[in-house]
Amino acid sequence: MADNGVNKGRRRFLVGATTVVGAVGAVGVAVPFVASWQPSARARAAGAPVRADISKLEAGQRMTVEWRGRPIWVINRTPEMLERTLGIESERLADPDSSVPQQPAYASSELRSIRPEIGVLIGICTHLGCSPLYRPEPEAAVTDNWPGGFFCPCHGSYFDLAGRVFVNVPAPTNLEVPPYRFEGDDIIVGEDEEAA
Amino acid sequence: MKKQLFVLLFALMPFMAWGAGGEDVPHSMTPDLQDQDSLQRGMKLYVNYCMGCHSLEHQRFARAAEDLGMPQDLVEDNLIFSSSLAFNDQMHNAMKNEDGENWFGAPPPDLTLRSRVRGTDWIYSYLLSFYKDPSRPFGVNNSVFELVAMPNVLEPLQGVQEKVCAAVDRPVEGAELDPLTGKYQACGVLQVTQPGSMEPAEFEEVAYDLTNFLAYVGEPSKLQAQALAPKVLIFIFIFGVIAYLLKREYWRDVH
Amino acid sequence: MGNPNKAKAESGFMRWIDDRFPATQMVQEHLTQYYAPKNFNFFYIFGVLAMVVLVNQILTGVWLTMSYNPSAEGAFASVEYIMRDVEFGWLIRYMHSTGATAFFAVIYLHMFRALMYGSYKAPRELIWIFGMAIYLALMAEAFMGYLLPWGQMSYWGAQVIISLFSAIPVIGGDLTQWIRGDFLISGITLNRFFALHVVALPIVILALVVLHIIALHEVGSNNPDGVNIKAKKDETGKPLDGIPFHPYYTVKDLVGIAIFLFVFAVVIFYFPEGGGYFLEKPNFEPANPLVTPDHIAPVWYFTPFYAILRAITFSLFGLDAKFLGVLFMGGAIAVLFVLPWLDRSPVLSIRYKGWMSKVALAVFAISFIILGILGALPTTAARTVVAQICTALYFAFFLLMPIYTKLEKTKPVPERVTG
Repeated sequence: MADNGVNKGRRRFLVGATTVVGAVGAVGVAVPFVASWQPSARARAAGAPVRADISKLEAGQRMTVEWRGRPIWVINRTPEMLERTLGIESERLADPDSSVPQQPAYASSELRSIRPEIGVLIGICTHLGCSPLYRPEPEAAVTDNWPGGFFCPCHGSYFDLAGRVFVNVPAPTNLEVPPYRFEGDDIIVGEDEEAA
Repeated sequence: MKKQLFVLLFALMPFMAWGAGGEDVPHSMTPDLQDQDSLQRGMKLYVNYCMGCHSLEHQRFARAAEDLGMPQDLVEDNLIFSSSLAFNDQMHNAMKNEDGENWFGAPPPDLTLRSRVRGTDWIYSYLLSFYKDPSRPFGVNNSVFELVAMPNVLEPLQGVQEKVCAAVDRPVEGAELDPLTGKYQACGVLQVTQPGSMEPAEFEEVAYDLTNFLAYVGEPSKLQAQALAPKVLIFIFIFGVIAYLLKREYWRDVH
Repeated sequence: MGNPNKAKAESGFMRWIDDRFPATQMVQEHLTQYYAPKNFNFFYIFGVLAMVVLVNQILTGVWLTMSYNPSAEGAFASVEYIMRDVEFGWLIRYMHSTGATAFFAVIYLHMFRALMYGSYKAPRELIWIFGMAIYLALMAEAFMGYLLPWGQMSYWGAQVIISLFSAIPVIGGDLTQWIRGDFLISGITLNRFFALHVVALPIVILALVVLHIIALHEVGSNNPDGVNIKAKKDETGKPLDGIPFHPYYTVKDLVGIAIFLFVFAVVIFYFPEGGGYFLEKPNFEPANPLVTPDHIAPVWYFTPFYAILRAITFSLFGLDAKFLGVLFMGGAIAVLFVLPWLDRSPVLSIRYKGWMSKVALAVFAISFIILGILGALPTTAARTVVAQICTALYFAFFLLMPIYTKLEKTKPVPERVTG
């Protein structure tokens, strides 16, 4: 047990090497445990894209489909509705040009949609997760000069018919637009346009 | 210490040698999970001939597509017949359990784990061992599974097999060697008497592909295990070598 | 601040800790100044390996409960869900199921080491008894865990073992019903076994492991020579034949752990079913209370005791064979607890015991293995006779021990450890 003749450098190197390789091993062991928290095949199957027939959706009407446990609104906007929505003064909106990425690139137009008349939105308020109410008519008068849109009863946020949030409400961003594409009479929510 | 190791190894030998002898069946096969062509053919045969009655409750179409190298639209167009099943669903069958009980006396079992319960040799042999037996409700019996309650759905391919007396190459129980031909004269041998659409050798491939597919379905993770194993083992080996060098270095101190 | 008698760091952060928690003191007591004999051999790795496997079981077990469904309707499917749908679920599950086998393999070798070198003898009786308690708890843990996949073997294995209690006169019938909580093994039984398997027994096992190690570090480790290393110390009070556990045995154990992990990984990746002995084939069919599998055998680590149970085919002293079988099986485990008081030899290690002890240990080990093999096979008349002989030899090893250890002539024990 004498200390003489000990090659300290070699010893230090081997301790270092064992530690490093051991640490790599520990990380390697952690990988399956961490990965197993990913959504399982069952969860992914349940969260698969949903298909809905929109040929019967009348002008001005809204339908709701469920995707990944959330309400997805599909609105068939009338020309008047579009006109009112496009006529909103931009200073009344927090993010009129949709610069915050709350929508796929193919839905970043002013109306936040692929086809102008068909709006697709995730019906969850970006404030604290309530589902806003559909108030399409100016008579609803959610606010002065109401152009039609959505009103959240929980904390009073409101959005226009393109899901854009107004200023001076608690919700920070526009309503989210899910990935979607059209196929014949159907809309497929959860699948991007290019991934046909 | 070496001596003790040997003693230990010796003591464990009976355990190792004894292994798990499966049931005694006439044919054997070795599954090959790397043979994607065979597995794809097996899956196609399965959905066409078996899935009407036998579900694969734990096997998803999507997983099979990924593991067997098939694109989604190909699977959706050719392998999913029921409109109520989606690509991500498990391979359920359309038949209700009560119907199965009425038609066959018992609901046809789910086959997801059959290869792990019975073994692949058994399934392979079973598929090859149907023979004509007019006393049975479906007119067939099976020499591996006596009094089987299932028709031979592969008969159009295989043809009709019968138990006959014939000359065979392999010695079987009660067979007598014919010294002239070098073959054995035996009775109860299965032979195709009315040919189906396939030669016997072709049909054996059908049985192989189906069995191979069921071997895959029994344990899809085997593919992942086979891919991951060498990496893990090499890593542990390297760690062991470094640990050994470290140990040897420190133990220089100990006299 | 704190207890001035404890070892403390000079200054800095560790000093701050040491004034509040005996960290440095503990490291010294259990690692850097825990002197272990320098002549440990191959058999001394299994204690550490048991710890490694224990950690593996707890970690993988916790992860399995995240996706497992403890109900009669959902248990079987949830295991397949883990095997197929959960990412890396198959690996975690195989680590757990193979870990059960590894645990017993390691524990049996650990116990055999104790038998060889007299590690159960004074002053280590309590270490042995705590260890036996761990073994007993582990058997309960493994048995209850085996019900959880809710396959045919799970179900019928549990059926057979729980029915053992029905052999107890008078209260047997009520007792089995109380254990099951139903008139048959059902989801109710499954739920309580699940609770015991994942919560209660692991706590018990962990506590016992702590006791086992505290007792060990109190008296110090035995060694293959059975020499007390504390008898010969140098001028500073360090045992002459002792070396600090850290770094010498930590680095040596790392090598052993690496070799173990290699074998463990080979089984997990290539032979997770262990040829039908680690995961039995009928267990890939969901439990069916109406159909018993053709051949019921317990998992390999229980087969020796199962063979003893089946070997008792006769009545004795007015007790019927069924109850007697249970008594013998229970006795086979119970007798291990009193082992420290059966051994009357003046020496510890088999190296210095007489030929009788050596023959007895060899015969015992072989009988145990033969019983293990017989327990996995269906019975025949001839096998039952062999099992009866081996059962007799098993008990003879213990019951005759006070005689042969006293009679035989021992060799002189060296003053210092050898090799």
